[in-house]
Amino acid sequence: MSVTYEDAITRYDPVLGIEVHVELGTRTKMFDDAPSPAGGTEPEHANQLVTPVSLGLPGALPVVNGTAVEYAIRIGLALNCEIARSCRFARKNYFYPDIPKNFQTSQYDEPIAYEGYLDVELADGTVFRVEIERAHMEEDAGKNTHVGGADGRIHGASHSLVDYNRAGVPLVEIVTKPITGVGDRAPEVARAYVQTLRDIFRALEVSEARMERGNVRADVNVSLRPTPDSPLGTRTETKNVNSFRSIERTVRFEIARQAGILDGGGSVLQETRHFHEDDGSTSPGRVKSDAEDYRYFPEPDLVPVAPSREWVEEIRATLPELPAARRRRLQGEWGYADAEMRDVVNAGAVELIEATVTAGASPAAARKWWMGELARTAKSQDVSLEELPVTPAAIGELQSLVDSGRINDKLARQVLEGVLAGEGSPEEVLTARGLEIVSDDGPLLEVIDATLAAQPDIVAKIKGGNLGPIGAIIGAVMKATRGQADAGRVRELVMERVQD
Amino acid sequence: MSTIDSAEVLRLAALARIDLSEAEVTRLAGELDVIVQAVATVSEVAGPDVPATSHPIPLSNVFREDVPGATLDREAIMSQAPEALDDKFAVPQILGEEA
Repeated sequence: MSVTYEDAITRYDPVLGIEVHVELGTRTKMFDDAPSPAGGTEPEHANQLVTPVSLGLPGALPVVNGTAVEYAIRIGLALNCEIARSCRFARKNYFYPDIPKNFQTSQYDEPIAYEGYLDVELADGTVFRVEIERAHMEEDAGKNTHVGGADGRIHGASHSLVDYNRAGVPLVEIVTKPITGVGDRAPEVARAYVQTLRDIFRALEVSEARMERGNVRADVNVSLRPTPDSPLGTRTETKNVNSFRSIERTVRFEIARQAGILDGGGSVLQETRHFHEDDGSTSPGRVKSDAEDYRYFPEPDLVPVAPSREWVEEIRATLPELPAARRRRLQGEWGYADAEMRDVVNAGAVELIEATVTAGASPAAARKWWMGELARTAKSQDVSLEELPVTPAAIGELQSLVDSGRINDKLARQVLEGVLAGEGSPEEVLTARGLEIVSDDGPLLEVIDATLAAQPDIVAKIKGGNLGPIGAIIGAVMKATRGQADAGRVRELVMERVQD
Repeated sequence: MSTIDSAEVLRLAALARIDLSEAEVTRLAGELDVIVQAVATVSEVAGPDVPATSHPIPLSNVFREDVPGATLDREAIMSQAPEALDDKFAVPQILGEEA
C-alpha cells in the first residue's frame, strides 16, 4: 500500500534515533602512531598509512592517543554530557574484511560521556532539545571496494578490495535517546540535529567535519506509533547517510514506507537499510542474525581511561564559543532582526558576513551584498556562497568604494560582476573598466551643454519655472555618461546652466 | 551440571567462522564446560563485596603523544597478501549470501 509522507504524518507519530560518527582530526590514529587520513595526511596509495596495529598483526599492542581522548571530552562537554570518572574500551567482535583484527575496539558499558543534550534550532527559529544518551570512543574500519557488482554496491559483487588507511582513525559515536514529539517536523529535526553537530565539531576544532569526505556519518533510526501515548514501534536503521539532504529524505521515505506497511496490517521488520541517493529510497541491508551477536568484552590490551576532574575542568575552560552562542552574539553586534539573522544562518553566510565586516563594511552593507546580489548569483550558478570566486575582503573593498563616493550602487554591481568574472580586485576592475563616477565637472558640463543645446523646448519650460521636464535632461546625461555621473551633481549643474 | 552443550559449541563456532567436525564439537563441549565450571567456582567465592575486575593491573591513562611515527613498507605488506590489486587486499565476495 503506497502512502505519501504528508498522509502518513497525519496518522502516525514518528520517533527518531540518530547515531552520528565523527572522525577526529588528530594527526595520528586512535591506537597507533600511523598518520591519520582524517588528520591532514593525504595518502597517495592504498595501505600506505598502516602499522602492525592498524593491520591487526599478531602481537601488536595498541596505545591510546591522548589527544583523541581530549577531543572526545571536548565533544562530551559541548553536548552537556557527564564525563566518566573512569571508563574502558571493549572489543566488539565481528567478521568483516574491513576490520582486520576481527573486532573493533570500541566502548560498550562505559562510554566516556553520557546523559547530555543538544538544543537544535530549526529554520524558522523553533528550538528543539535532543537528549543525548552517550558519546563513546572507537576506531574507524578500513574501506571496502566491491568489484564486479553492477553499481559498486555490496550486492552482486564478485570480490572486494580492502584499503586499511582509514582503519584505526579515531571516531566518536554520539547516540541520541529516542527523539519524540517531533511530529511532521521529524525530517527537519533530523537534518538540523546533524547539521548542528557538524557546526559544533568545527567550532571545537576536533574534526574538519566534511560530510562529503565521510568525516561525519549518520545512522538514522525511524519508527512509527499510532499516537504519542502508544508504545514505541519497531524501528529500522538506515546506515551511513552522508549528507544533510539525504538525512531529511531518509526520514521522509521511511515514515511513508512504514506507514504503508502498518496501514496494510503488516508489521515493520527490524533491520538495517541503505539509502539511495538517486531516487531517495531505502532498501534492506544486512539481515539481523546471530552474526550481530558482538560478544563485547573488556579490551585487555588497554588500561582504563580515568580523566581527572582537573583535566576535565581545564578542557571545559578552554572550550571555544559554540555556534549557537556565537550567532546570538553576532546578531546583537550586527543589529539584525531575528528573521534577517535566520536567513543569514540558513544561507550559510555568517562567516562570510563576519569577515566582510572585519574587512571594514557595515553589517547592513555586508548583509546586503551577501544576501542580495551574491545570493542571486550563487543561486543562478547553483553553487554555495562560499564557492563564489569572491572573498569577503573584496566585498569590503567594494563597499568602501561606494562609501567614499567613487562609485554608486549601480556601478558597484558592475564592478562586482567584473570581480566574479575573475578580472581582479574591485579597484582593478574599476580602473580597467573605467567605471569611476565622473566627479570632475569639466567633462560633465560638456555633456550637459550638448544635451541642453539639443533640447531648447525643455530648457524654455524649465526657465519658465516648470521643473518637471528636468528629469528627461538628467536621464539623457546619465545615459550619455553610461551611469558614471553623480545624478545629484548633474541636477545641480543643469539648474546652474539653465539659470545662467 | 553441564552448561555447554553441542548446540552452544556450534553457535560459537559459527560466530567465530570455525568449521568443526562432530567429534570436535563433542570434545570441545566437554572441555569448555570444565572451563565454565572453573569460573563458576570463582564466582561462588567472590561475594558481592568483591568488585568485578576487568583489568588486573591498577593502572589507568596510559596515553601516547599525537605524533606520527613510522609506517610499514607498503610493498612488504602487499607481498604478504594472498591476492592484491591496486595496492589493496583482494578478498572473496563479501556478504554474498545476504539479501
